[in-house]
Amino acid sequence: MTHECSTYYSADVERGFTHDDPEVAIEWPDDIALLVSQRDVDARALREIADELPLSAYPERADAGPSSAAAFYHSRMPDEHPAVVVDSLSKTFSIPHERVHTLKEKALHPFRRTEYDELRALREVSFAVEPGEFFGMVGRNGSGKSTLLKCVAGIYRADAGDIYVNGRMSTFIELGVGFNPDLAAYDNTMINATMLGLSTKEARRRFDQIIAFAELEEFVDLKLKNYSSGMMVRLAFSVMIQVDADILLIDEVLAVGDAAFQQKCFDEFARIRRQGTTVLLVTHDMGAVERFCDRGMLLERGRVVERGDPERLTSRYLELNFSQDARAAEAQQAGDVPEPVVAAEPDAPTEDEDPEAATRLGDRRAEVLECWFEDEHGHRAEAVHGGSRCTCAMRVRFNGSSENPIVSLSLANSIGDVVVGASNRRGPDLGSFEADSEAVVRVTFTNVLAPDRYWVTAGVAPDVNGLYWHDRRIRLTSVVVTGIGAEGLVDLPYELTTQRGATITSELGS
Amino acid sequence: MKGPSAFGSDMGRFWRLTYALAVTDFKLKFFGSVLGYLWQLMRPLMLFGVLYVVFTQFLDVTGDAKYFPVALLLGIVVFQFFGEATGNSVRCIVNRENLVRKIEFPRLAVPAATVLTALFNFTLNLIPVVLFLLLAGGQPRWSWFAFPLLLALLAIFALGFGMLLSALFVRYRDVEPIWDVVLQVMFYGSPILYPLQTVIDKAGPKVASALICNPFAAILQEIRHTFIDPSHVSATAAIGGTARLLIPLGAIAVVFALGLWVFIREAPRIAEDL
Repeated sequence: MTHECSTYYSADVERGFTHDDPEVAIEWPDDIALLVSQRDVDARALREIADELPLSAYPERADAGPSSAAAFYHSRMPDEHPAVVVDSLSKTFSIPHERVHTLKEKALHPFRRTEYDELRALREVSFAVEPGEFFGMVGRNGSGKSTLLKCVAGIYRADAGDIYVNGRMSTFIELGVGFNPDLAAYDNTMINATMLGLSTKEARRRFDQIIAFAELEEFVDLKLKNYSSGMMVRLAFSVMIQVDADILLIDEVLAVGDAAFQQKCFDEFARIRRQGTTVLLVTHDMGAVERFCDRGMLLERGRVVERGDPERLTSRYLELNFSQDARAAEAQQAGDVPEPVVAAEPDAPTEDEDPEAATRLGDRRAEVLECWFEDEHGHRAEAVHGGSRCTCAMRVRFNGSSENPIVSLSLANSIGDVVVGASNRRGPDLGSFEADSEAVVRVTFTNVLAPDRYWVTAGVAPDVNGLYWHDRRIRLTSVVVTGIGAEGLVDLPYELTTQRGATITSELGS
Repeated sequence: MKGPSAFGSDMGRFWRLTYALAVTDFKLKFFGSVLGYLWQLMRPLMLFGVLYVVFTQFLDVTGDAKYFPVALLLGIVVFQFFGEATGNSVRCIVNRENLVRKIEFPRLAVPAATVLTALFNFTLNLIPVVLFLLLAGGQPRWSWFAFPLLLALLAIFALGFGMLLSALFVRYRDVEPIWDVVLQVMFYGSPILYPLQTVIDKAGPKVASALICNPFAAILQEIRHTFIDPSHVSATAAIGGTARLLIPLGAIAVVFALGLWVFIREAPRIAEDL
């Protein structure tokens, strides 16, 4: 069996950016780089300047090919600059051990040096977002994604690197920034819209539209403190979409609101997307990434570890969360680098003290290396559609020779019930495997599972019944089954028939 | 490299935001209660009432200057502006934490809006002062046109402190009590409760000229001179010549420049330090 290729090249690379390693360095044409780094120019002014530059301002470098992001875009799309380019951005937070809080202390000990913990939230992050693209930035807790968003948004100043923003940008780290509970909708709308960059005149002109979208016509004069939380969120969201930015930076705003409102947000996202607005979405919800994003990148400990389409990100994300490598790396890094605290995020995968012990057992004479799902076309997928054929696969490595091993896979739903299991206990026999060989086991089935997230437990055991395992990995990976909600645990194909008549009694069951 | 800054890249946005923030604060104050404006007036008027009784009936310090009660009220109102503008500036960045940490905007808009709000309040407080002055027999004079200029000077002085204090408070939390003490000293150290003439008569012109080195005292005295009645000693006369006026003017410039420098330096990091 051949080893699956584990090196992914980012989409950027495939499109012609230079690279030496998966960390893509984007070189800029000198003009733009200078403009941005030397003068703190307004994005708009920059765009104007860039637009005026002739194509010849972006020389194709014969030695390195189309080596700059902008030159590349110019050669392909003369009118289009990338909407956002971030070039080797770094950000370090200094966290003092003992913070001096008062002028008095400062005056009493003017020369006392405070010791700092360096917390490297971002390390040489580079990426480019095309105009009109829906770009996802995902990562686990503390991976630096929120810090990155704040740097791009201009809330934090980066220590090194360049950010190039082409167009009007609005940031939504929180809905309704500047809302005051003691004011009515009008005043709050005005202040929120001004904060987001609308002029007073524009804001006034759009007020009716904002209220109409939020469906709050009856409550315009009500103070915000008397609004329900849903009304408040609706108002905030309507302001946000009326701002007409070319680039939207969104940080998990969708975590709020009920299902109906979220649906409205999603619909609005779809509309924004059709309009050609560039969106950068920060989230740890892989479902949202798959649903909306054209492309994205995965951050881990302040580094870009993966770029590309959502499926690729998802599989890498899960790999990071649950793979042995990540755990080992984590254990190794835990000693010297403190866990970056960026923002508290709920419902992230919980981690035990020693995750391996809790999720893995066996003598490792054979090992389950990885486990994944494939859709009906045989492509790896993190989400499979209900009703389609799909495959659950696992790769096993035999460290010692093995005769007729037993392999098993089981799927548990999000509340932990094992819904389905498959193994070769009742056949077929797998035959013998030599030491240091690998095998891929596939279980293909018609997906009748109800929409949910399912966790796969994979195991390999010697040819004896009982509780002895070579390797058993609990909740190794997960898959999302999409589709329309089923009434039960599974969505079996069924026929529903009716019989009509004035009085039908006994025949009904027959 | 882009990043947060004091002014941002668009001055128009800076002004709009400053104005919007100030108007919001102002509205909050007045639309929150039924007797909004009356409550606003209550504080200076009550203080005025007490001080008036104490200083004119029990301790006679009024001197010869005309319309001293109105001058007293004006002093209280002007000081209230200064105290409010600077005192509220101390906490303004911290109070607006939700904005500062969540959105990119010119950071300077926050203290500027605080000073602007105080200016709005001051304008309202000025109405009874003018009424009292006219009732007491004062006449509108051409020199009233100097008033906006003096007020602008005072606002610049206040903004200078506002920038300095708000930026420092993010790091050092004892700025607030320190500034409270400074304000107290400034209140009693300026000719608010007592006419400057009394100081000249009882302690000598040197003391008076030293008092006027304080920019706040100089501006207040000049406002009284031009606005209430010329019988109030002008700041120029009290300090001893036009050239010496450069001392309070220079102090204003220094405070403003220092405040601006500190604020611009701190602005990029304010969101992280909060």
